[in-house]
Amino acid sequence: MTRRVVVTGAGCVSALGNTVPEFWAACLAGRSGIAQIDGFDRTGIRFQNGAQARGFDASQHFDGKQLIPLDRFAQLAIVAAREALAHSQLELTDDERARAAIVTGSCYGGKTSEDAGFVALYRDAQPRVHPLTIPRLMANAAASALTLELGWQGPVWTVSTACSSANHAIGQAYWLVRHGLADVALTGGSEAPFTYGSLKAWEALRVVSPDTCRPFSLGRNGMILGEGAGMLVLEPLDRARARGAKILAEIIGFGMGADAHHLTQPSAAGAARALRLALADANLPPEAIGVINAHGTGTAANDIAESAAIREVFAAGLHNLKVTATKSLHGHALGASGALEAVATVLGLQHQCVVPTANFQEFDPDCDVPLCIERQLWPHEAAVSNSFAFGGLNAVLVFRRAGPNSALMLNPTD
Amino acid sequence: MSESVSPAVLERVLRTLADTQKLPLEQVTPDATFEQLNIDSLDGINILFALENEFDINIPDESARLVRDVRQLAAGVQKLIDAKPAPAA
Repeated sequence: MTRRVVVTGAGCVSALGNTVPEFWAACLAGRSGIAQIDGFDRTGIRFQNGAQARGFDASQHFDGKQLIPLDRFAQLAIVAAREALAHSQLELTDDERARAAIVTGSCYGGKTSEDAGFVALYRDAQPRVHPLTIPRLMANAAASALTLELGWQGPVWTVSTACSSANHAIGQAYWLVRHGLADVALTGGSEAPFTYGSLKAWEALRVVSPDTCRPFSLGRNGMILGEGAGMLVLEPLDRARARGAKILAEIIGFGMGADAHHLTQPSAAGAARALRLALADANLPPEAIGVINAHGTGTAANDIAESAAIREVFAAGLHNLKVTATKSLHGHALGASGALEAVATVLGLQHQCVVPTANFQEFDPDCDVPLCIERQLWPHEAAVSNSFAFGGLNAVLVFRRAGPNSALMLNPTD
Repeated sequence: MSESVSPAVLERVLRTLADTQKLPLEQVTPDATFEQLNIDSLDGINILFALENEFDINIPDESARLVRDVRQLAAGVQKLIDAKPAPAA
C-alpha cells in the first residue's frame, strides 16, 4: 500500500517567535533572531551570540506540576506540537489513536537538565541530583511526553543524528504514513542547547561565528547556535480530503545516506547522493525543484561542499532554482533545524515565495548557487530541504505545493 | 615573527604536536607543513586544545585559521605567551 502524504498542521517555537505566524513574519521580513546570548554567565566563552527562543515562557504553557519532568527541549516540542495539532484540527477516534505515530528528532535531548545535575555534583559538591534527571534528559523525553498528553499509542521513537535529526524523523514518519504503517503522524524536532558546558564544547570545536551566520557569503565565519522546535502533522491525502482539512503541502520524497568520509568535514559527493536519492524517491527530475532550503550553516566547509553538491545535481535546472538558508534567521537549532526549515519550506510553497537569506555580504565564487537574499515571489511546484549532519549523515526531504493550480489538485484521483 | 621563538617554546610546541598526533618527535620538524604531517581540521583543533593547556594561553579562532605549518604555529604561541601579563611576584 502506497499513499500520498500531506502536511495538515505546522507548529514551531524559535528565536523568531512562539508560533508559526510569528516565525513566518520574521522569515519574510528577513529579520534574524540572532542576538547576544542571555540567561547565564558567558564569561570566558569566545562567542557571544546565539538564536535563543527568548519569548518562550514555559509557565504560560504548563502548570508547575506538569513542568517537573520536562526539560526545556521537551517543553519546546510540546508547545510546537500543540500548535501543529490545533492548526490541523485533527480529531482521532480511540482506534486511530492506537495507531497514531510520533517521530521526533533531537541531537542533545535534555542537556539543560543534565548540565544542572553536573553543576550540582561537580561544582557545588551536592550529594544528589534531581530524581527525574534521567527521564528529563533521555532523547525520547519529548516524544514520550507527547504520548502522555495525546494518548497516541502507535509507533513512537526518537532519532538522534546530530544536525539531521529532524529531517531523519520527518522522513521516517513520512514513510510510515506512505506505506500504511500509521494513519497519522506527528513529527519534527526540538533542541535546547544553551548551557555553559555545551557552549564551551562548541567553542572548542571552533566552528561558531563570533558575530553572525552568513550562509554562502564571502566573509562567513561560522555557525550560530539556535534553539527551538518544529512539528508537522502528516496524514494520507485521502484522509485529509475526506475530513475537509486544509492541506499545507505534500511530502513526496525522502533520501538519506552516509558520507563515510570524515567525522566533521562534509562531503559534496555524500550530499549529492542524498539529494539524488530524495529526488528518486519523489520521482522528480532536478528541473522540477524550484527552491532549496539549504543546510547552509555559514561555516567555511559546509557551504562550499553543499554548493558543489547543488551545482552537480541541479546542473540543468539551476535557472529554475532559488536557494535559501534560513539558519541565518533562526540559527542552527541542531536536531530541530530540519523541522524549522521544513516549516519554512512548506510555507514558502503555500505562499509561492522564497525566504531571504539574512546577513549576506558578498558573492563567494566557491559558493556559486542562486542564493535568495531578498524576499521574492517565486512560483514553484516543489521544494527540497537539506540537512547534512556532523558524522556525515545526510537527510533530504522533498515537498510539493498543495494549491488550486498545483499538480496535487489537478490530479485529485491519484 | 618566526625568528623570535625561543628554543624552549619551540621544543615544547614540537613535543605537544608529536604527542597529539602520535608521531615520533624526530618527524615533527620546525619546517614541516601540516599537510606533510597529515594534520586535518579535527587534528588541528586537538592540537590547539593541547597547546592552550600546555602554555596556559587562549588561541583565538581567527589567528588559528591562518596557520599552515609548524613554524607559524610556534610563532603564534610565542606571541600569545609574550602577551600574557607577567605573573605576580
